[in-house]
Amino acid sequence: MTAPNHRWRNFKNAVVQTLTFACAILVVTPLVLVFYHLISQGFSSINWAFFTRLPKPVGEAGGGMANAIVGTFILLGQAALFGVPVGVLGGVFLSEYGSSRLNWWIRFAADVLNGVPSITWGMVVYALMVVPMRGFSALAGGVVLGMMMIPLVMRTTEEVLQLVPGGYREAALALGIAQWRAIVQIVMRTALKGIVTGVLLALARVAGETAPLLFTALGNLGWAHKLNEPLAAMPLQIYIYGLSPYDDWHRQAWAGALVLLVLVLAINIGVRFLTRDRFQKQS
Amino acid sequence: MTPGEDKTIPETRRETRDESREPNSSVPPSALGARPSTVLTAPALTVRHLSVFFGGNQALKNTSLDIAARAVTAIIGPSGCGKSTFLRALNRMHELTPEARVEGEIRLFGEDIYARNVESVTVRRRIGMVFQKSNPFPTMSVVENVTVGLRLNGVHNRKLLAERTELSLRMAALWDEVKDRLHAPAISLSGGQQQRLCIARALAVQPEVLLMDEPASALDPLATAKIEDLILELKKDYTIVIVTHNMQQAARMSDYTAFFYLGELVEFGPTAKIFTSPSQKRTEDYVTGRFG
Repeated sequence: MTAPNHRWRNFKNAVVQTLTFACAILVVTPLVLVFYHLISQGFSSINWAFFTRLPKPVGEAGGGMANAIVGTFILLGQAALFGVPVGVLGGVFLSEYGSSRLNWWIRFAADVLNGVPSITWGMVVYALMVVPMRGFSALAGGVVLGMMMIPLVMRTTEEVLQLVPGGYREAALALGIAQWRAIVQIVMRTALKGIVTGVLLALARVAGETAPLLFTALGNLGWAHKLNEPLAAMPLQIYIYGLSPYDDWHRQAWAGALVLLVLVLAINIGVRFLTRDRFQKQS
Repeated sequence: MTPGEDKTIPETRRETRDESREPNSSVPPSALGARPSTVLTAPALTVRHLSVFFGGNQALKNTSLDIAARAVTAIIGPSGCGKSTFLRALNRMHELTPEARVEGEIRLFGEDIYARNVESVTVRRRIGMVFQKSNPFPTMSVVENVTVGLRLNGVHNRKLLAERTELSLRMAALWDEVKDRLHAPAISLSGGQQQRLCIARALAVQPEVLLMDEPASALDPLATAKIEDLILELKKDYTIVIVTHNMQQAARMSDYTAFFYLGELVEFGPTAKIFTSPSQKRTEDYVTGRFG
């Protein structure tokens, strides 16, 4: 009499298992599809000129994205310069100093900011920097990406600092070391790899942002020589090329997207290596 | 402090010791803050009406006692009796716990360590601490661990640091074992070595008092024996307060013993008296193993 019951139960189990497995596969599929597409469409357009030449006008063969590639690194550099100190020090405050009530509000604000649509960031910086400075600029592009990094870096920094055992803080303070020194030279040093990981992941997150850059760095078909000039960036160039009606530009857009994805992937793989090493050391 | 209060201890036997503490002579006093001249017949620490609260919960109740200089004072009692709470009040470690509150008075050679103009950093330089779980800094080598207290307090004289490293490691009975791998990561040492490294690290800043919170409870018998020998050696120069769960250890090593129960100091006196003829029934029950 229990047999039919049993069969029904096994059946349900199998259904749920299959369903979850199918969903797990579905999560991975887009990455495979994206890669397949990018490689099949873009790989043929990647050559030396792509990395070293400026874009060519429509109809002319060749040309590359050198300015956009350099532009993306300039933007990431500025974003890091601006976002990392603020984010890391904010995370230190949350982990080491703040009261639980104040921290609750700061965490809440950071989580809200993490969810703010990127185009909103672009509009805010447009109003705060582009309008007063009377022009799109590389600087505004760096600032907007930096602002987007801050809440990300702050939360990950807080989390990795919390992983440092309290015994190290106590031991440091018991030696008569001032609290800020104990934090910087013992607690942060212990968590350094985790902090770097958080920063790299935040950089990878903002590396592909397009919408905020439309309002700030704008894009540039040539080289920018000053930070107050519009600056090219890979996502912007891909956006412009992708929307154009020309086949040449489409191919360049595919190639650009492939390079951007490889950059983000490289950062993620780098992070994997860092964290693996960290866990080996601790165990 | 008010003299003649109950539970004050008899004069220490070390009044003949002169004041120059050898390990100190090479240190510029400015590096570690000024030290008061110490009168060695006086107790190192006088504790009066000390209470510690965590939120609404009183973990230590109105405790008064004197800690003799250059002697070992053992703090015993069952788990949760306030031993560690008492110990951590002695170098203001409770300030790291936001909900903790300390009342009463603690004087280090007459100076109120909780006075408003005294910084906790200064107090902790003079009253060092060794913890139950050895905690050498994992990012640092053996030698970096020993000198970290000095370096982060602004001492960068290489010769002094090297001298102090050897001296501290020798005092911690670790020098012979690590002298060939001073630059190896501290966490590559064995558990017992790591704990002695932590002792060396605490000694390197040359505190006057060393607080030890069950320093051997996580170690095997051999490593424990080494730590005990070391403590007996150290008391020639240092005032030592040790919390221990191990009654034999307290009996073997300490000159004075304080028995805490449920947050109260039940009895305090010379170790021999506490263990052979305690005046309180509860003390007798505890030291004879009837409870705890």
